[in-house]
Amino acid sequence: MKLITLTTVLFLFAFQAEAQRYITKTGRITFFSDGPLEKIEAVNNGVNSALDSQSGMFVFKVLMKSFVFEKALMQEHFNENYVESDKYPLATFKGKVKNIKDIDFTKPGIYDAEVEGDLTIHGKTNHVATTGTFTIEGSDVLGKSLFTIKLADYNIKIPSIVEGKIAEEILITTTIDLKPLKK
Amino acid sequence: MNRIALLIIALAFLTFQSAAQDDMMDLLDDAPTTEFASATFKSTHVIVGQSIESPAKGTMLLNIQHHFGPVNSGFYNFFGFDQAVTRLRLSYGITDWLSIGLGRTTQNKTWDGSLKIKLLRQSSGARNMPFTISYYGNIGINTLERTDFSRPDYFSSRLSYVNQLLIARKFSSKLSLQLIPSLIHRNLVETRQDDNDVYSLGAAGRVKLTNRMSFNFEYHYILSKQTASQYYNSLSLGVDIETGGHVFQLFLTNSAGINEQYFIPYTDGSWLKGDIRIGFNIVRTFTIVKPKEFAKY
Repeated sequence: MKLITLTTVLFLFAFQAEAQRYITKTGRITFFSDGPLEKIEAVNNGVNSALDSQSGMFVFKVLMKSFVFEKALMQEHFNENYVESDKYPLATFKGKVKNIKDIDFTKPGIYDAEVEGDLTIHGKTNHVATTGTFTIEGSDVLGKSLFTIKLADYNIKIPSIVEGKIAEEILITTTIDLKPLKK
Repeated sequence: MNRIALLIIALAFLTFQSAAQDDMMDLLDDAPTTEFASATFKSTHVIVGQSIESPAKGTMLLNIQHHFGPVNSGFYNFFGFDQAVTRLRLSYGITDWLSIGLGRTTQNKTWDGSLKIKLLRQSSGARNMPFTISYYGNIGINTLERTDFSRPDYFSSRLSYVNQLLIARKFSSKLSLQLIPSLIHRNLVETRQDDNDVYSLGAAGRVKLTNRMSFNFEYHYILSKQTASQYYNSLSLGVDIETGGHVFQLFLTNSAGINEQYFIPYTDGSWLKGDIRIGFNIVRTFTIVKPKEFAKY
């Protein structure tokens, strides 16, 4: 009898965890770098992301070729020369919201979040930590974060002719509109 | 009994937890997308002739094309420096697949209006397409002042037409190859023996040496034998050097002409005889209309 109860509880657990997942395919990531020669800005409006409100697990999947630049030539150079999108088509993040317990997904409001995990860009993985906010609005969750990365950490080389003219740090803004995952 | 049950449950729970992160990633797996090949060539020209590339939507390109005289013309001509054929060309991308251009070359003071249409795009993934195919056409107008008074000077006799299919495949990020069947029509030819239509088949390609530099070649074989015999097939070898805002192409060619209606049927230099010219192209890109993501700025 106890076994049955426990199994039921477990199933409920599993079910609950499933029900508390949020997902989006239309998240937005922009990046910005302000160097003496070039101000570089790009937008990607097709970011895939999922959040588990139970465990705090938080993942991103970003298609590099979906970044749109102000100048078409910059976009070509970004894909061809810097991130080598043919070789490394995706950037991913696998991590956790550390303070997930502090966020009440049933109560509207703005909650601070601490996010930590592995960020993979250009085939290179680094452990990163940043802070952001989750805004709960009805059943939707809006995640926002702002952080910087160093190009050198991801083996992205700046050619010698433009060295010092292009910023070595990139400011990344993420805005993701998560919605409850419907089964 | 209870302990065993608990253990099973604990184990099941753990498995569930560890699988969860990969599972979460799987949630993000989209339906297979189609990935289009980009940057098959660095420029709209492989060397002298056109590549499948055209200006992106809202982008204007300024091409400065320059061929010096033959190197074997000697010290008196400073190895070709004294004689040069140049062409200025502006082209604009109305959409990513349609562009128009306007050019002016020193040869016969020719103006040309051109059109390039991307018919197919190389892709992999959900939709597979092995080639990118573009159509390129231009109409050239010879605007030299009348010197030959032995025949009437019809406007139509100043016109020449170029029709090309550009069929390219980017085999890898390093290697791209292109086939170029061309039909050139000249309303007026030099002699009675010459035909007005010239057919040719070209082959071109690029091998990337580094991310910013590539080796290029371009060859046009004249299929028709109707052109006067003193003309040769056009062969050009060169490098593309990319420096941020523009592409610099430096090459050797046996063709003086820069427009297709000149360099395909009227190449008068022979590589074997040393009639080699140094040439360069500079392409500068200007963004006229920003993508919609940036329209608000």
